Amino acid sequence: MTDAAYNFAYLDEQTKRMIRRAILKGLAIPGYQVPFASREMPMPYGWGTGGVQLTAAVMCPEDRFKVIDQGADDTTNAVSIRAFFERTAGVAATTRTDEATLIQTRHRIPEAPLRAGQVLVFQVPIPEPLRFLEPRESETRKMHALEEYGLMHVKLYEDISRHGHIATSYAYPVQVEGRYVMDPSPIPKFDNPKLGDCPAIQLFGAGREQRIYALPPYTRVVSLDFEDHPFEASKADHPCGLCGATDSYLDEVIMDDAGRRMFVCSDTDFCGQRQAAGHRGKDAA
Amino acid sequence: MYVAVKGGERAIENAHAWLAEERRGDPNVPELGVAQIREQMTLAVNRVMAEGSLFDPDLAALAIKQARGDLIEAIFLIRAYRTTLPRFGASRPVETAAMDCDRRISATFKDLPGGQILGPTFDYTHRLLDFKLAAEGDVQPAPERAADPAPLPHVTEFLNREDLIEAAPPCDTPPPDLTRDPLEMPADRALRLQALSRADEGFSLGLAYSTQRGYARNHAFVGELRIGTVAVEMDIPELGFAIEIGEISLTECETVNQFTGSKSEPAKFTRGYGLVFGQSERKAISMALVDRALRWQELGEDYEGAPAQDAEFVLYHADNIQATGFLEHIKLPHYVDFQSELELVRKLRREAGADRTNEAAE
Repeated sequence: MTDAAYNFAYLDEQTKRMIRRAILKGLAIPGYQVPFASREMPMPYGWGTGGVQLTAAVMCPEDRFKVIDQGADDTTNAVSIRAFFERTAGVAATTRTDEATLIQTRHRIPEAPLRAGQVLVFQVPIPEPLRFLEPRESETRKMHALEEYGLMHVKLYEDISRHGHIATSYAYPVQVEGRYVMDPSPIPKFDNPKLGDCPAIQLFGAGREQRIYALPPYTRVVSLDFEDHPFEASKADHPCGLCGATDSYLDEVIMDDAGRRMFVCSDTDFCGQRQAAGHRGKDAA
Repeated sequence: MYVAVKGGERAIENAHAWLAEERRGDPNVPELGVAQIREQMTLAVNRVMAEGSLFDPDLAALAIKQARGDLIEAIFLIRAYRTTLPRFGASRPVETAAMDCDRRISATFKDLPGGQILGPTFDYTHRLLDFKLAAEGDVQPAPERAADPAPLPHVTEFLNREDLIEAAPPCDTPPPDLTRDPLEMPADRALRLQALSRADEGFSLGLAYSTQRGYARNHAFVGELRIGTVAVEMDIPELGFAIEIGEISLTECETVNQFTGSKSEPAKFTRGYGLVFGQSERKAISMALVDRALRWQELGEDYEGAPAQDAEFVLYHADNIQATGFLEHIKLPHYVDFQSELELVRKLRREAGADRTNEAAE
């Protein structure tokens, strides 16, 4: 099945070693963005090249590999990345979160709790949480070095004074172990609480921006907030139409041109397992 | 009834099959050969080699064919291939003064040793569609004469002898490698030139043009533009000397720019430099202008806030493979993030509406 013309998991061993070094540094300094010599991958920047390089660097032949995009295993880019590693590494794929040892994700953290021994790889478009406050990389690196995060708090405060709420609903910034402010990748803020105290290793890869960062197991991760405006993980206030879950993140699906909607779990594996266990939502057949 | 969208795999396969069919076009029209692209679409091949950072006309032609003529897509194919190649060493610096020139012109001197060589240029063609080409007419062979074996010295050397232009002393520091180390600021000139050499032609052109129109104007003269082939030599440790491993075609542009001077230093011309694979004049000239604009700091000029002076702005946005990837990725699914924005906007509107009702009641 595997393509003999390429090394196991596509990247050559030297490149993997370079990436593994960056990962180790990232794990040693949680939340710190480690520059790495990102390679051109056979899929475009923006399609998850950072995540793919991390996955390639940590993948072992005995891994069970799962890929999700928007929480789903069957979205086109998830299918494409899974096929890439099936072809270049020949590893077994799975859609079950509990069976997987290595999970690559775009924009979600699975609903099912992760366990020790699992690795969750995030695809990151813009790794710098301060980027939209300060476009210069030379400046933002200084701000991190000096722990100068006042600008971020001012931004959140301005949101509150203008809208009454912090108007960030995804890629909501977190502070790691009381030190680095980190971009959790564009996951909805609903997923933020899952980042902290997690038994699994979480790796973040930004290919185009050439940065890797990491959360080792059981890291303290706090979403930025104010005492009088505490962080709130929000989601659509509905149960899942298919499995009836009330505690999962939901996609809104437009059903007809009259604008009828239904809400379904974004995590397809979670929803499917609940349905298999006999749970039914109001829209289930 | 909603059913979760399945069948992504088959959709992708079918899309690829359709793409292959579209690439081929009407099967009644003869298929384009890679050799035809290499020989007759040379400037496209050159651009793909230059921005793909790989000198291989056959592979560039293949990439153009596979990419249906989308040059950025072709450059991407070359880059993705290039990154998998093993590296067994580095060549000696190529000697452009020893170039076998097809073209060599100077805009600063009417005549000079070696003379002006126009070469195969569009410069003085009248841009009238040649309908004879539609009938696939044969080309008359161009007149030939033996090349003058005399060397073609660089024009800037003449100025250098008189100390009229800033010196460019040789430097033995190995240049950084953009393709093996992450780009970090501040970037020295060698690294900037490396990035500019593979930068998007259109982006470079736009930036260079902006300097001409006053955004960090540095008044460039094309001291010299030369196009031709140079030998690539490599030191072989086992042999103890360098051998020629092949030759490549290059376009080199040296600009002579407005002089600077101060109380302590007499006025001098300054330099901008462009070097690109193949015949890529527009790119080489653009590169030289942008290189010169980026040197404001070392030359003690003012920072005017012009885009072409801003190394971070230029270097982080000049790579078309990075740019096109990130730009086009917004067509991938974003519904999880959009859903969270939807919830937030609904909430903010609900509260704003409630506030208005309260005000009316008061």
